[in-house]
Amino acid sequence: MTLKIRQILGASRPLLILAAVFVLCAALSPTDGQGANTFLTWGSQTNMLRFMSEYGILAAGMTLVILSGGIDLSVGSILGFTAVLFSWMTIWKDVPAVLAVPACLAAGAALGGVNGFLVARFRIQPFVVTLAMMVVARGLAKLVSGGQKVSTAFEQNGDFVTKPIPPFFDFLNDRIGGTFPVVGVVFLAAILLLWGAARYTLFGRHLYAIGGNEEAARLSGVRVGWAKAGAYAVSGLMAALAGLCDAAQQQQGDPEAGATYELDAIAAVVIGGTALTGGRGSMSLTLVGVLVIGYIDQILSLKGFDQSQRLIAKGLIILGAVLLQKRERV
Amino acid sequence: MSGPTSAIPPILSMRGISKRFGGVNALSNVSLDIFAGEVQALVGENGAGKSTLMKILSGAAEPDSGEILVDGRRAEIHSPREAERARIRMIHQELALVGALSVAENICLGRLPRTRWRLVDRRAMRQEARRILARLGSSLDVDAPAGVLSIGAQQIVEIAKALSQDARILVMDEPTSALPETDAKKLLALVRQLKSEGVAIVYITHKMEEIYGLADRLTVLRDGKFIGTETPEKLPRAELIRWMVGRTLSELIPQHAGKPGAPLLTVRDLAVRDARTGMPLVDGVSLTLARGEILGLAGLVGSGNSELLGALFGRFGRPAALAVTINGRPFLPGDPAAAIRAGAALLTNDRKATGLVLPLSVRENAMLASLSRAARAGLVSRRQEEALSAPVLKRLHLRAASSESQVSTLSGGNQQKVALAKWLLTRPRLLLLDEPTRGVDVGAKHEIYELINALADEGVGILLVTSELPELLGLSDRILAMHRGRVTAEFTRAQATPEKVMAAATASDQPQEAA
Repeated sequence: MTLKIRQILGASRPLLILAAVFVLCAALSPTDGQGANTFLTWGSQTNMLRFMSEYGILAAGMTLVILSGGIDLSVGSILGFTAVLFSWMTIWKDVPAVLAVPACLAAGAALGGVNGFLVARFRIQPFVVTLAMMVVARGLAKLVSGGQKVSTAFEQNGDFVTKPIPPFFDFLNDRIGGTFPVVGVVFLAAILLLWGAARYTLFGRHLYAIGGNEEAARLSGVRVGWAKAGAYAVSGLMAALAGLCDAAQQQQGDPEAGATYELDAIAAVVIGGTALTGGRGSMSLTLVGVLVIGYIDQILSLKGFDQSQRLIAKGLIILGAVLLQKRERV
Repeated sequence: MSGPTSAIPPILSMRGISKRFGGVNALSNVSLDIFAGEVQALVGENGAGKSTLMKILSGAAEPDSGEILVDGRRAEIHSPREAERARIRMIHQELALVGALSVAENICLGRLPRTRWRLVDRRAMRQEARRILARLGSSLDVDAPAGVLSIGAQQIVEIAKALSQDARILVMDEPTSALPETDAKKLLALVRQLKSEGVAIVYITHKMEEIYGLADRLTVLRDGKFIGTETPEKLPRAELIRWMVGRTLSELIPQHAGKPGAPLLTVRDLAVRDARTGMPLVDGVSLTLARGEILGLAGLVGSGNSELLGALFGRFGRPAALAVTINGRPFLPGDPAAAIRAGAALLTNDRKATGLVLPLSVRENAMLASLSRAARAGLVSRRQEEALSAPVLKRLHLRAASSESQVSTLSGGNQQKVALAKWLLTRPRLLLLDEPTRGVDVGAKHEIYELINALADEGVGILLVTSELPELLGLSDRILAMHRGRVTAEFTRAQATPEKVMAAATASDQPQEAA
């Protein structure tokens, strides 16, 4: 009986942690002039969701890679590359979004696929492969943009021209009903989709098996190479999706966009409790990890802590989360 | 039991050593005396407890009860470091050199000579290494990285390392099993030299010529029990084999009734080489297997029987020179997924390392090799998974809290049942069983025997590798004995006796019979 209670508690522990963080944030929140809690406002919540959408999308793809026992350091750079590519196509080259969106998503998936191919075919460590891709993709971003930000105001044949913002930028940057950010919808949809992929598809089960025991998976007939390549391709695709969101929110393609985002994505996965060694974890844990980081960052900024202090706090939280999980597993 | 000359006390005695692993008695009340300047062979079947006993001696494992006396005084050996202090060194089958470091660094590792400035004194280190190697009659380059040396040369470096630490008891675990003939002869000469210098050597081996050509005394273990210590002169070969296998064949192992049917598998000239050393593991084996037949492959570690199963399943990539047919159709091993499609299933001999995905549940493990049966368009139906796996798990009498239990929480016997369930769910025609009852309790063992027989009666062809002779003799319709990668003898059920099979599996000079 107690075993059952403990099982239920164990399974919902991440939710409990999320609830605890939420309550704590609400309790610590400063109040505005009318005595209302500034953390518990709809605006504050939706702002936070918008703020964490980009690395949340990255974390969703990252979760698949980490479940398979790998890591993907290239997502921040792929984000930057696709943000630039998308802006370059739609603003400078007047390519309609119907073509540019699939092209950019395909480019991201292709770069991720290259990661996967190198990891699977040549058995190079994922850390090294994706580190190289991180550098290459950043280079590609600068190559496409010529090193400058790709914005609506630019020089063409010696003339200074200004172009209107493409409608797709406004669409992604909009808020539904004036409140709920579209990028937040994209983020939640990505999580939901990959949650289903991890939990209910052959592909997802194979990733868990590979991360848990690659040799046993191989000897059970699992196509290890294809599954791994797929995980990295999905991660690249998610990075491209985040790149579109980034371009839309910044109204331009910044070749430096997404730098160090890969670390935020990994942090979210780790805080959720997915094991870096692979085979253990889930997409819902990653959602919790993203929200916990977002909440804590939000409350610290509401309390007037500056960025330096927030970074230090984030680092400590990552450590604390891992230590907590370590104790659980013993 | 007394030593060679009872006047001289042993330098080391192990008294009443017992050790349990889970529900298995690995050692019960084993005693062992070691005298200076002797070679004592430690003999027994796989799983007899030799390695566990030596792990305890070298501080890598702790006994549940019993004591160790060094020079007549009780010694506490709880760690390899303490064993080293008692001047005991073990040389493992898997050599433990640091490949990137030089021979000299490896020999002196742990006690590197220092200069005045606390830096490594490389000159003194090389001198010391050369001195020890010279004592062993070796002129190895002390600056060569250890990783590039042959296995034989690495063995010598290991011995030199032990001597640099003043070892007076040296435990060697099948040191010649991976060596070519000439290197093996050199090593044996070296062992004799060390012995004449007063070093005591405990020598684990399966090879008759080493037992009778090298050892001063033999100690036999069986099923974790001490059987006896004797000099080779007083223990002729036939008697030794009886000591090793001497239990009565258990009446418990049931025989299956069905008769072998049409041919299922033919293998011609299968050869497998060790990917690292290039040594042949399986050296030109041919065999046939009929539907509903259980063919046992007898052999000790290194005989190649386990590698043969792996090679057929495509575990080591594409093996050299072979022709295989399954069900009359040619089959080219090299890819486990293709082997599964052809109807083969491989139960590996180490379920934790290569059989199960420990973080996953019973259901997920059971379905791993046949998940597409429960999926449509890539989407897995959990209900379908349950519908497929539940009857098989029930047939195996799996005892688990639920099919959602993490498989790592189950007992060894139940874990093995999950591994078996995974293969039954692929509906195999050819079942390759490598140690199907290793680390399994008696009750589960019997259930697994009945399952193997039932599968044979259903027409599944089974290749069986097991280091437990009674199991092999009890289950197999036919037995091939293997030694050093070759088939040395074939027995029908009626012909096979433990002594004959063991003799064929240990003989190295016996000519190869047609398989």
